[in-house]
Amino acid sequence: MAETRRSYLVDPLVDNNPITLQVLGICSALAVTSSLKVAFVMALAVTLVTAFSSMFISMLRNQIPSSIRIIVQMVIIASLVIVVDQFLKAFLFDISKTLSVFVGLIITNCIVMGRAEAFAMKNPPIDSFVDGIGNGMGYGLILMMVGVVRELFGSGSLFGITIFQTVNNGGWYVPNGLLLLPPSAFFIIGLFIWAFRTWKPEQVEERDFKIQTAEAH
Amino acid sequence: MPEPETNGGFVARWKALPVDSVPKTLFVAITLCLFCSMIVAAAAVALRPVQEANKLRDKQLNILQVAGLYEPGINVAEAFKAFEPRVVDLETGTFTDRFDAASFDDRAAASDPDLSQPLTDDPAGIGRQGRYQVVYLLNDAQGDLERIILPIHGYGLWSTLWGFIALGPDGNEIYGLQFYDQAETPGLGAEVDNPRWKALWHGKKLRDEDGALQINVSKGAPNAAMAPYHVDALAGATLTSRGVDNLVRFWMGEAGFAPFLENLKTGAV
Repeated sequence: MAETRRSYLVDPLVDNNPITLQVLGICSALAVTSSLKVAFVMALAVTLVTAFSSMFISMLRNQIPSSIRIIVQMVIIASLVIVVDQFLKAFLFDISKTLSVFVGLIITNCIVMGRAEAFAMKNPPIDSFVDGIGNGMGYGLILMMVGVVRELFGSGSLFGITIFQTVNNGGWYVPNGLLLLPPSAFFIIGLFIWAFRTWKPEQVEERDFKIQTAEAH
Repeated sequence: MPEPETNGGFVARWKALPVDSVPKTLFVAITLCLFCSMIVAAAAVALRPVQEANKLRDKQLNILQVAGLYEPGINVAEAFKAFEPRVVDLETGTFTDRFDAASFDDRAAASDPDLSQPLTDDPAGIGRQGRYQVVYLLNDAQGDLERIILPIHGYGLWSTLWGFIALGPDGNEIYGLQFYDQAETPGLGAEVDNPRWKALWHGKKLRDEDGALQINVSKGAPNAAMAPYHVDALAGATLTSRGVDNLVRFWMGEAGFAPFLENLKTGAV
C-alpha cells in the first residue's frame, strides 16, 4: 500500500506527467510561465486545488449520483478555486494582480477535472489526495522548467533577480521578446515533450494511422 | 465534506437512498450547493477588509512613487498623510465638496452615467469621461504647494492604462509619470513601467511660453527647441507609446485638467 501511494506521488512527475504525457493544462502553462514567481504561485494553487478537490470528491464518491457527477465535481472545484483566489488577493496582492484571471481559470484546468473523474471517483480519500499532490507537482515541475527558460532568456532574470543585465537597463543582453509572449511556451513545451520521449521511449504513442508506402508505377 | 453519520435518522435515511434515484440527486445537489456557497461566502466576507486595505495601500504606494516620496521600507499609510486629496470638477476647473475626497472612487465614477459623459472627440480611447476626478496635493513645510498628482487613463494597444502624473507647483513641469494598472505586451509596451523610461518624464514641460500644449511622446530626437517637451517613444511599442502620447495630451488639454491647472496658477481656486 505504501508503495502504491508513493507511486501516486512520484509517477506524475516524469512517467505520467500531466503536461508532457497527458498534454493537459496547456492553456495556463502558456499564460503564467513568463516569470518564475508567478509560475510558482500558480503551481502551488493548482496543487492545492487538485489535492483537496480530489479528496473531497473521493469522500463523496459513493453518494454522488452519476447523472450530476460532473456538476458536483465542478461545484467542489470552483468553490476551492474561489477560496484560493480570495486568499491570494488578501495575502499575496502583487502576485494576484499578475495572475489576475488565471486563478479563476484553474476551474477549467483539465488536470483538476481529469484527476477527479479518472482517479478520485474510484479511489479512497487519502490516495486521491496524494494523487492530487503528485499531479499538481508534475504540472508545477513543467511550469518551473518552462519558466526558467522564458524568464532567463526573455527578461534576463530568475525569480526577478537579474542574471543578464538587459540593454533596456544599460547592460549587454538583448532579451528575446518572443519568450515573453505566450506562444513561445508552445515551442518550449514541445521541446520538453520531445526530450522526455527521447529519454523514455515508452512514452511515445502508437500512431493512429500507418502511412502506406506508395506503389511504384 | 462528509455529512454527519447519524443524525436521528434523517440524514441516514437520505444517505440510504439509492444513489441514482431522483430524490437523492436533488438532495445531493441542494446540500452541496448550500454547503459550498456558505464556504465561499465566508471566505469572501472574512477576507474583504484585508483585500480592501491592499487595494488602498497599492494606490497610495503608486501616488507616493509618482511624487518621488517612496523609499523601500517606509510606512505607506503614514507617508500618504502628507497628501491632501481633493475632488476636482473638470467642467468648471474648480474644487468641489460634493463628494468626500478620501472615499470617492473616480475610477468607478468614470462609467457612472450620472457622473460622466460620452466623448465625441476621444483621442485617449476611453469612451466616457468622468466629470469628477480626485487629485492629490502635496504641500511643503511652509504650506506652499509643492506637487500636484493628477489621475490619467487611456487606451494603449491591448489595455486601458491607469496612472498618475505628478506636476510641479507651476502646473507645467512634469515631476513623474506612473501607471498602476496596465496589460500591455510584456517586454515591449509593458516597459512603460521601466524606471529608466519613466525617468525620461522628469523635468519635461507640458506647455511652451505661449501656453500651447507641446508635450509629446515620439520616436527620435527632436530639435533643441522642442527637447523640453519631448519624451522618446518605447522601442518596439509604437502603439502603446502613441496611446500614452494621446492620453497625456488629452488629460492635460482643455477637456482634461487644463482649466483646473490654469485656475490653480492664477489662484482662482
